[in-house]
Amino acid sequence: MISDEIIKYVAALAKLDLSEEEAAKAKKDLSEMIDYVNQMNELDTTGIEPMSHVFAYDNVFREDMVTNRPERDMILSNAPEKKDGGFKVPKTVE
Amino acid sequence: MELTRLSALELGREIKKGQVTVTQAVKEQLSVIKARDAKYQCFITVKTDKALEQAEVVQKKIELGEYKNSPIAGVPVAIKDNICVKEMTTTCASKMLDNFEPGYHATVIGKLKEAGAIIIGKTNMDEFAMGSTTETSHFGETKNPWNIERVPGGSSGGSAAAVAAEEVPIALGSDTGGSIRQPSAFCGVTGIKPTYGTVSRSGLIAYASSLDQIGPIGRTVSDCASLLEIIAGHDIKDSTSVPELAKNYTEGLVDDVKGMRIGIPRDYIGEGLGTEIKEAVIQAGKVLEDKGAIVEFFNLDMVDYAIPAYYVIASAEASSNLSRYDGIKYGYRAKESTNLQEVYKKTRNEGFGQEVKRRMMIGAFVLSSGYYDAYYIKALQVKALIKKAFDNAFKKYDFILGPTAPTTALKLGNNLNDPLKMYLGDIYTVSVNLAGLPAISLPYGIDSKGLPIGIQMIGDVFKEKTIIRGAYALEQTRPYVRPVL
Repeated sequence: MISDEIIKYVAALAKLDLSEEEAAKAKKDLSEMIDYVNQMNELDTTGIEPMSHVFAYDNVFREDMVTNRPERDMILSNAPEKKDGGFKVPKTVE
Repeated sequence: MELTRLSALELGREIKKGQVTVTQAVKEQLSVIKARDAKYQCFITVKTDKALEQAEVVQKKIELGEYKNSPIAGVPVAIKDNICVKEMTTTCASKMLDNFEPGYHATVIGKLKEAGAIIIGKTNMDEFAMGSTTETSHFGETKNPWNIERVPGGSSGGSAAAVAAEEVPIALGSDTGGSIRQPSAFCGVTGIKPTYGTVSRSGLIAYASSLDQIGPIGRTVSDCASLLEIIAGHDIKDSTSVPELAKNYTEGLVDDVKGMRIGIPRDYIGEGLGTEIKEAVIQAGKVLEDKGAIVEFFNLDMVDYAIPAYYVIASAEASSNLSRYDGIKYGYRAKESTNLQEVYKKTRNEGFGQEVKRRMMIGAFVLSSGYYDAYYIKALQVKALIKKAFDNAFKKYDFILGPTAPTTALKLGNNLNDPLKMYLGDIYTVSVNLAGLPAISLPYGIDSKGLPIGIQMIGDVFKEKTIIRGAYALEQTRPYVRPVL
């Protein structure tokens, strides 16, 4: 059921540039995995509330206050490329 | 006295008594690491200078009477390499982050520092904590100290192996589907996965946020309970951390299980479990019964559906969490990309390993329109049913006893070719994360291959003290067995 089109689409969603070989491998892996997780369909889950978190949290709010100092240099120190105090990226607008 | 054979609490006491200085302890630990780590490869980073610097500072403070309430002042601790330590490379064992230096400490690191612990280095792991063998690490595999042809388990394999190899007395790991408990079992040490929300995740590099928890690994139940007491607690920087928490774990260190009700799930000792491990679980049940506990077999149900639900939910969250690696803000960037899309795609393709890509693809698929309800929502419904099955069990039992993993440590080499087979090894651990429960793995016997067997105790939410009590009582019946190092 996993077609080449689905693999292409999913790779685009995951922002991966798969080679043909990798795409073929991904197709096999994803097909096997989906076949396996289809076991869940044996369970009737009609009316069961999906549980994203075990504890039912409401939103946790705090005051919108700045508590840290400006740390531009520290943050930029990990950037692969930087220029004039900012992150450097290829030209995005023609 | 061989300092590096002592437990963390024993070493802490020697230091407090003035029998040994922190610098002596740290120097000796560093020399053991130097002698052994070429063989076992537990560490990605060891910071000798920083550790010795910290040792001097902590020693002075101890002499001034500080750290009165900390049992681990001056004790070396190893940190899994997905937990941020300021100005110490934090790689997640990935090419993507191989030069990443966090500008801040994870909350747990701040707590360790306040307790006077010495951060000695960062341990190897499966890339982004995705794996059960530590073989997906970009930096090569860690060897099991019991047999160097075997895996240490994963994903916290470096932490568990370092503790077993006495390269450190205690370590931090993280557990998303068994990543503290399974390597602890494979390496013959003890590890605790706390109730979800007990330990702050701030500064833990995210894999699956609704399942991830940091926890302790040590050679004794007491060391783990004490370390957990230090790192647990509410944190404003983690909105899923629990506001009011009774941190009374060390009160569970009593050798008394009289009247405790213990359930062994029939579904945990059936088909697929190694015979010797099954015998160890049943034997542990008998020993606890002899000590006055009430032990019964029961049907937990839903066990077969835990792995499918886990891999859908964990992969979905991973695909979202790992979208932040774009080659721009930090980490690896592929060379010679001419536009932004190419930067993203080439960077991610070159920076991530196979298993990480595999899970991101599964995640992107189950979250994509048309499949979201059939897979992601379905998995969250299955999760609710799994939680209900545990709720029912805890109406009858104080804790659940079972195996940690279906096998003892696997051979190095062939595990990554068949991902599905590898995932099935998580059968006894993943449901604990889905249900947010606390669990402990402790060593209980050695199999005919000479490898340690791990058994697991699972408690209801916030019942860490109960499983610590069970584990401590069982631990007292068998002395800790060391590998030949």
